[in-house]
Amino acid sequence: MIINHPLLGPRDISEFVYLGDSSLLNRPDWDNKKSEENFYKYLYLRKNIAGIHKELWFHQQGDRSWLVVTRNTLTHEIIKVELATDVSKNLE
Amino acid sequence: MKYNFLKLIKEAFNNNDGWEKTWKNPTLKKHYDIIIIGGGGHGLATAYYLASEFKQKNIAVLEKGDIGLGNVGRNTTIIRSNYMLNENEAFYEFSLKLWEGLEQQINYNAMVSQRGVLNLFHSDSQRDSFIRRGNSMLINGADAELYDVDKIKSIYPFLDYNNARFPIKGGLFQKRGGTVRHDAVAWGYAHAADKLGVDIIQNCEVNGFKVTSGNCVGVETNKGFIKAKKVGCAVAGSTSLLMSKVNMTLPMESHVLQAFVSESLKPIIPGVITFGAGHFYISQSDKGGLVFGGDIDGYNSYAQRGGMDCIEDVCESGLALMPIIGKARLLRTWGGIMDMSMDGSPIIDNTHINGLFINAGWCYGGFKAIPASGWCFAHLLAKGYSHSLSENFRLDRFKNGYMIDEKGQGAQPNLH
Repeated sequence: MIINHPLLGPRDISEFVYLGDSSLLNRPDWDNKKSEENFYKYLYLRKNIAGIHKELWFHQQGDRSWLVVTRNTLTHEIIKVELATDVSKNLE
Repeated sequence: MKYNFLKLIKEAFNNNDGWEKTWKNPTLKKHYDIIIIGGGGHGLATAYYLASEFKQKNIAVLEKGDIGLGNVGRNTTIIRSNYMLNENEAFYEFSLKLWEGLEQQINYNAMVSQRGVLNLFHSDSQRDSFIRRGNSMLINGADAELYDVDKIKSIYPFLDYNNARFPIKGGLFQKRGGTVRHDAVAWGYAHAADKLGVDIIQNCEVNGFKVTSGNCVGVETNKGFIKAKKVGCAVAGSTSLLMSKVNMTLPMESHVLQAFVSESLKPIIPGVITFGAGHFYISQSDKGGLVFGGDIDGYNSYAQRGGMDCIEDVCESGLALMPIIGKARLLRTWGGIMDMSMDGSPIIDNTHINGLFINAGWCYGGFKAIPASGWCFAHLLAKGYSHSLSENFRLDRFKNGYMIDEKGQGAQPNLH
């Protein structure tokens, strides 16, 4: 697979490290009565989607930026690549 | 039909016309006592042990395609019991013991070959950790031997012992480990289960479950609704998809693992070797092909095929270990979808719905686990409570903090 880095252009995936579902950007609030349950879900449970999946990739052998890649897990087709900092700004 | 030597001689003079089908093609009934979803190794083994050991009747195995075309036919066929944690080691040792008696029990030649599994180590600290693992294996009744370099040289003279970065310092050897003909495992269990009256229904895809007041009462399939008292799911990489029908979110990700076969070569590798510095394992099939594999590709996938970067990485690891295979040509590669759990260990448990049971999370260790997994899952389905060997493989262990993390990697499925 080739990931089209928003700043650096097309790069081979061997330069990247995969973390997982981009819901990991949404870290639960620790100061909450349900935080134990929320952190259990955050840490261990995954939707594991067959189809369009948003996921976190780290450009370890490159500019060390975190990317949110939208990819089809059935075909490996990459649909969209964004900087994770941009995505998390929109979360707030 | 029983397979034996006399039958073989008879058929040799009979133009091989007298062989019956290995398993029947039964018509689907409207009601079963127990339905197993998934006609792979685990599902078929479960059905077989339900019928043979736990004396259950009226059992069906539903498979969306043809049996044996999933992960049971897409692996590197290695069996071993060389784990460290007690929860795992006792279970896998039980599995290895079942492998040893399998062929006589199911009357099918699965080509179980205990040719020995050698795990190489490349540093002093790795030697210490392998010795510790060997001791753990011995405590749990398995066999383990520590081989020094001279001993390994006498078996495998062609390894790169003096590699500048990863010199070989020795190995942990399990003599009783080895390989099994993977397709024959599926066919053999299907044959034996069929003989005991299990209905093996192919091309029957389950699309949902019928749940009334907290009880699972049947499954919706492409061949209509089928009533069942108990339903067991053993669908490997598709587990998250199947269980999402009852709104379950599971602690697992589906990843693709590739395996490789070279062209046929003269016998050179008598056993199974694993490289301790990269992730690479290799054996030679009876047809002569080198069968090898490495890491999973590392990203969520349902595609049953992987990428070139992973092929390159596996081949590099292979060449670092044994430069002799450099001129062998790669014949085939294929991918299977692994149900990678959050701690790298499996789940054999009931669910929040009565009568619905789950067998999943085998990561890429599912093949060697087939007999014990089938046995323990059958125990759970028949008796309603866990077998002592699988009582730690619980679905709620992630919530309660009782993870079984063999490698100590944490909740990161692509590192297990």
